[in-house]
Amino acid sequence: MSTADLFETTTGSLRRRRAMTDRLVTGVIWAAFAATLVPLVWLLWVVVSKGLPSIDGNLLTHDMVQRLDPTTGKLQAGGGLEHALYGTLLVTLGAVAISVPIGLFTSIYLVEYGGRSRVARTITFLVDVMTGIPSIVAGLFGLALFTLIFGVGTRMGIMGSIALSLLMIPTVVRSAEEMMRLVPNDLREASYALGVPKWRTIVKVVIPTALGGIVTGVMLAISRVIGETAPLLVAVGAAEAVNRNLFDGRMMTLPVFIMTQYGTATPEGYDRAWAGALLLIAIVMVLNLTARLISLIFAPKTGR
Amino acid sequence: MAKSIDVSDVNIYYGDFKAVEGVNMTIRARAVTAFIGPSGCGKSTFLRTLNRMHEVIPGARVEGKIAVSGQDLYDSAVDPVEVRRMVGMVFQRPNPFPTMSIYDNVLAGNRLNSRKLKRPDADDIVERSLRGANLWNEVKDRLNKPGMGLSGGQQQRLCIARAIAVEPQILLMDEPCSALDPISTAAIEDLIHDLKDRYTIVIVTHNMQQAARVSDDTGFFNLKAAGQPGHLVEFNPTKKMFTNPDNESTEAYISGRFG
Repeated sequence: MSTADLFETTTGSLRRRRAMTDRLVTGVIWAAFAATLVPLVWLLWVVVSKGLPSIDGNLLTHDMVQRLDPTTGKLQAGGGLEHALYGTLLVTLGAVAISVPIGLFTSIYLVEYGGRSRVARTITFLVDVMTGIPSIVAGLFGLALFTLIFGVGTRMGIMGSIALSLLMIPTVVRSAEEMMRLVPNDLREASYALGVPKWRTIVKVVIPTALGGIVTGVMLAISRVIGETAPLLVAVGAAEAVNRNLFDGRMMTLPVFIMTQYGTATPEGYDRAWAGALLLIAIVMVLNLTARLISLIFAPKTGR
Repeated sequence: MAKSIDVSDVNIYYGDFKAVEGVNMTIRARAVTAFIGPSGCGKSTFLRTLNRMHEVIPGARVEGKIAVSGQDLYDSAVDPVEVRRMVGMVFQRPNPFPTMSIYDNVLAGNRLNSRKLKRPDADDIVERSLRGANLWNEVKDRLNKPGMGLSGGQQQRLCIARAIAVEPQILLMDEPCSALDPISTAAIEDLIHDLKDRYTIVIVTHNMQQAARVSDDTGFFNLKAAGQPGHLVEFNPTKKMFTNPDNESTEAYISGRFG
């Protein structure tokens, strides 16, 4: 049998048309890629060029409390964002401390115990609903909760942590659930067959195998909430001084700091706002890189 | 101390579906018992009832009596976890723990049950188990490398080492060679020969030559028809089974006329 019987011989025009379609679609895909990259690079460039010159030792070690300048004899603001850095780190840490245990235990229930039961399906549905909560509503929840317990005018860092954890929990549940479902059932059975009880199998086999993915999920959830402004403004408010106590009084956070400084409409205010924005991006980037590193360290090894 | 298993009138269910019915047999201590039969006839399902792994699947349950040295495994006072410590299992696909080194994989049964081991004792268990699984010479210089880095046959022997490290009375093997090449298969068959001095071994296999080579007794499972529960057709010494079986369908299956 000759090849002519097997394949229809393509004519020159058909071949040219195919080559053109190929080039056209390749071009469209590259254009789409470039279009996505342009705003990202542009944004980074603007933030770095405007923020970097203002970042110095003074900015990082002072808050915004007005103090008497001994040389000029005038009242002068500290001109730094130390208080906002502490605030952001503490409030976010509080949110992690609340949402990671709740999220992890929920996903363990969903994967290992819930199966397709009514309870498990209800939880999954509610988690999906939680994903859609507007952040300002989460902030109002934190505010309302503490107002009801401690009275009107209560402001604490932990209120912001609770608001942020409301936004974090669905992300943590979803990513941890997916990672634990990826753990092959063979490993669970291998563990059971060694006479290991179910809870130990979960703690010592399932979670360690999925740990890399779980950590990445938590880090991404943190990156999502660390830049939230509205819930923090509502629940935590703003402050001028460093406050390292999550349970006492208002705290400044980086997003709120950026907002208030920009609101001053002074050249110094603009500079501080850009510096704050750059620091916020830097923190998110460090978190992402840490997540990469951790998932690399905990990823199951093949040894090849 | 290897132990014998007495099985009487066992029915096995997945939810409402009866997968295996009316199994009676006595599995001898310090011998190899093989189960053969066409796919879907319930031999793996039956094997998994011998260490109560069957009930891990939601809705699965067992009726009847399975007694090891007179003690019914399915007595309500018996903890399935204790049963599994006494009856070890090796699976069809090698499944070493991916987060653990070769050393830790062997010790998994001890470590996961948080039994405290002194370093020399742990070293001793690892060496003894790996020697027992014929793997020591191949891995003794890289005990701290991940278990997943080994070849398929080595991984399967690592899983055997892991199973015998907790010193079970009985060792179940569910098609342990079906994912392996002939050389690794030969290594594992040799190992089964060595292990039967100390353990009661039950092996499921699709390979009739393998059943003939390694086992002392053979059980033939079959289905009456598709959708019907599987049942034990014949249980006899392997020699008799492969030369002069009692049942016609056994002979038909063994001689390759069906299945």
